[in-house]
Parts: sequence; structure tokens; C-alpha cells
Amino acid sequence: MSYLSIEGLQVGYGEKVIVPDLTLGIPQGKITALIGPNGCGKSTLLKAMARILTPQRGKVRLQGEDVHRMDSRQLARQLALLPQASITPDGVSVAELVGYGRAPWRSRWGRLSREDSTIVQQSLAQVGLTEFADQPAAALSGGQRQRAWIAMILAQQTDLVLLDEPTTWLDIAHQIELLKLMRSLNLAGKTIVVVLHDLNQACRYCDELVVLKQGQLQQQGSPAEVFTAELVRQVFDLDAKIYPDPVSDTPTLVPM
Amino acid sequence: MYPRLTFWLLPALLLVAALSGLLLGSLDWRTVQASSADIVTDLRLSRVLLAILAGAGLGLSGALTQAVVRNPLASPDLIGVTAGAGLAATTLMLLWPDLAFGWLIPAAIIGALLAVLVMLALVGRGTLNPSRLVLVGIALSSWLAALTDWLLVSHPQKVNMALVWLTGSLWGRGWDHVWILLPWLLVLVPLALMLSLRLDLLALGDEAAEGLGANVRRSRLLALLLAVAMAAVSVAVCGAISFVGLVAPHLARLLVGGAHHRLLPVTAMVGALLVLVSDIAARTLLAPIELPAGVLTALIGAPYFLFLLTRYRGW
Repeated sequence: MSYLSIEGLQVGYGEKVIVPDLTLGIPQGKITALIGPNGCGKSTLLKAMARILTPQRGKVRLQGEDVHRMDSRQLARQLALLPQASITPDGVSVAELVGYGRAPWRSRWGRLSREDSTIVQQSLAQVGLTEFADQPAAALSGGQRQRAWIAMILAQQTDLVLLDEPTTWLDIAHQIELLKLMRSLNLAGKTIVVVLHDLNQACRYCDELVVLKQGQLQQQGSPAEVFTAELVRQVFDLDAKIYPDPVSDTPTLVPM
Repeated sequence: MYPRLTFWLLPALLLVAALSGLLLGSLDWRTVQASSADIVTDLRLSRVLLAILAGAGLGLSGALTQAVVRNPLASPDLIGVTAGAGLAATTLMLLWPDLAFGWLIPAAIIGALLAVLVMLALVGRGTLNPSRLVLVGIALSSWLAALTDWLLVSHPQKVNMALVWLTGSLWGRGWDHVWILLPWLLVLVPLALMLSLRLDLLALGDEAAEGLGANVRRSRLLALLLAVAMAAVSVAVCGAISFVGLVAPHLARLLVGGAHHRLLPVTAMVGALLVLVSDIAARTLLAPIELPAGVLTALIGAPYFLFLLTRYRGW
């Protein structure tokens, strides 16, 4: 049994089925990228894992337990989500935003304990935002803001982290910074599942690729095993050549 | 944002306003002392307390509504709560005038709840789009107000009481009303404060809130019910004192920011202060003529609302 297993999952929005019948397993301690063309169901799958969407059929099991039957707070201690469209509210400091990551651990009254505050400080330090702690979160730049949200997820102290297109609004330097941060979280012991659009980044910064097309699993495995010109043509309908990346030796796509 | 200063200054201001509420009125102080009736404790103290309670209730209701629909333009006035409560209470007052005043509160709550349900059905599930919400709210409120007017016109002999009530006034209210409003708010206000963290999480967006372990649907429903109940009880006792629910949370947000464990208590205090000051002004500006407090809050509130519209870029 895998760490996170998807069993006969059917999920979609209302009447519309995006993922008809999917079974796969996500390994523990690795970075797994969900890739595929627009509308292939990668974000939908991630949302089903995070319980944002309820499956029409099938199950998502985390270490054997059905996540859709678990208590919200209990689940939030094991699984964190960085949503694609996050709202940074006005009039809340960076430290307060990161403190919301402690929500599943706080008492019902919602006060931060001393231990919570220490964890918030550590999380801020880990993403390099310590000096911004007391500034309003809404005033941060795009890259800083994304790091503040990562810090919030760190403060949540979960073993599993789901990231929904975390690089979308960032320039290239901040994208790479975020992907490196993702690797350092993984080295600290977290299992990560991430939806990525950039295939070269997925190959370079992830251990495992899950390739989806029209809600079906096409391939799963390490980039070196599965990322071929044949796969790119089949899944993205794109003629391309695959070369080894000169820096990391991982596969790199060059379109024809 | 000035959280420290606010938590010192607001209670002090409230105390000063409450004292002026006891001292000021249509009668000057010497006449008050000479009079045999106990004007200060019988009339003015109960009125000051009512203004504080109703203002706090309306303000909190506004803050909760804004958190639920994640839209700074939302308020109980705008989404039909006040109009719904108004219609229900007017119906009761005009058709069954012999019924005890205590019935007005449950009737107002039911009216407010029905109005919100109709509005949610009209807006459509899941899409709490700001402009749509505001437009539907305005249409629904005018429709309910039209029904209320129709009732008033068709029962001309009993219209006075209802009219005074509808403009929002503390005129003729006394200790009976304090004892009706107080227990409701003693239950509802702590419940609202307990929701602080969950409201903070809702502000991050549904997906993030769910990811942090907040049950989004349940939190939102609970907050909406509390908002409706608080607006309805306040409206039931003091009538439709307009714009407090919209303005108080905004002023509070300017003072202490968006974290609800600070925002909610400050909103309650700002709301209380607004209604209290409006009521004192209403009693003294044109004394011995008395203006309804709701007229004054609208005089201040409506321009402020227009100012907010020019600043809001959500659509």
C-alpha cells in the first residue's frame, strides 16, 4: 500500500466528470509532480486529495485512512495545501498570516501558545522573512507573499504538502527560488505533491512524474524513465526533442 | 493600525459618551434634578444602555456578514436582513397589535432569515460575486420595503408606532426593552467572538481555509446565522438604525486591522459609540423636537458608503 493512494477515483465539478476512474499511488518522502495538458485533471486530482472536492466514486487514502472520512482538524495536522488562488487579507501581519498555519493545532479559543509562536518564528526564518514579521502581509511583493504562504504551511507541520501551481504568478528567479525551497522541505522529511506547468522544471526538481491526459493516467515514474519524446507527442501533441540538462543531467524538452 | 491606542481610547470614549447621554437631554440639568420623576435612571440610563447594546449588535452583525461573503460592501442593511426584519415586525405590529412586545424579536429574526434565504437563492449557489450580491440585495430590500409601505398605508390608524420604529429610534424605549435585548446579546456576542479564528481562515479563501482544518460550510453558516440573529434582535428593539452595520466594521478595520480577535470587539465598541452619539445628537440638536437616531446614522453613513464605493476595486 502506498503512502497516499488513489483508488478508483471519480471526481469532477457538479455533473461534469473530469477524472472518470483513476488508481495510483504516491510514494512517501519524495516530490511527485502532476503534469499534463490543460484540463487533464491534475488540479482536480490535487483538490480531491486535499478534500476540497468530494469524490463521486472511489477513495483517497492517506496511510490507509480515507481522507474524506477524517475529522477536518485531524487531517489538517497531516496534510497541508497551498491553493492556486490564495487571498492575502488586508490588515493582517506576516506573522499573523503564518500563525494561521497553527490553526489545526490551536485550542478552540484560537490563542497562540508560546510553542506556536516559536514555530511561527522558525517558519519565517526558514523562508527568509524574519525581518518582515510585523509588516502587513498584503504589502509584500509577489515572491515574498508566496514565501509567506509557504511559511504558513511549514507552521502547519504536516508530513504531506500539496502545492497547486505554486510558481504561476512568479518571475523566473522567484520560480527557481521556490522550487529550491520545495526541495529543502523535502530533504527535511516532507512528502510533496505539486502541480506544475513547466515540464523542464518538473523534470529537474521532482523525483516522480504522474502524467495525466483527459483524467487518465498515462505514465508514472522518475523523469529519466518516463519523460520521452514519444510521451510528449502522445500527451501534449507536440513534436519535441529531449536532451539531458547540461547542469543537472535531467531530461529537458526542446520543441521542434 | 493602532491596536494598543484603540483598546485604551475606545472604552474611554464610550464612557464619556455614556455619561453625556445621562447628563444631556431636552430638559436642562436643574429641571432634571428638581423633577420628581427619576429622569436619569428611569429614562436616560436605559436609553444609553439600549444604544450601546443595539449598536454593538448591529456592528458585529456587519462584521460577520462581511466575513461570510468576503466582501467589504456587505452589511445587514444591504443584503435584506434589516428589510426582512422590518417587514415581519411591521406585519406583527399592524395586524396583531395586542400581541406582547416580546413576540417582536422572534418575528424579526424569522423575517430576517427568510429574507437572507431568498437572497441567497436569487444570487445563486457558490457565486457570491460582489456586484451581483449588492444588486440583488438592493432589489430585494426595496421590494420588502414596498411591501412594508403597502402594509402601513392600508392600516393608517395604527401607523405611528410602526413608522417611528422603522426609521430606527430609541424614543420611548425603556428598561423593558433592555431586559429583552440583553439576554440575547449575552448569548450571541460570546458565540461570535468564539468564531474569530474561523473567520480569519475564511478570509484566506475557501480552499486555504479547508486546508487549515476549518469546516468552511459550517463556519460560514454559523457566522451567517449569528449575523442575522444579532441584526434582527437589534432591529426588533430599536428599529432600522441604518448604516451602522456597514460603517462600524470599516472604521474598526482602519483602527486595528483584519484579524477578527481584535476586529470583532472593536467593531462592537465602534457600533455602540456610533448609535450612542447619534441618539444623543438626535435628542439634543433640535430639542424639544426629537429626531430618530437612524436619520443621523444615515446622514453620516450614506456619504461614507459612497466614499467606499469609489475606493473599492473588486469589480
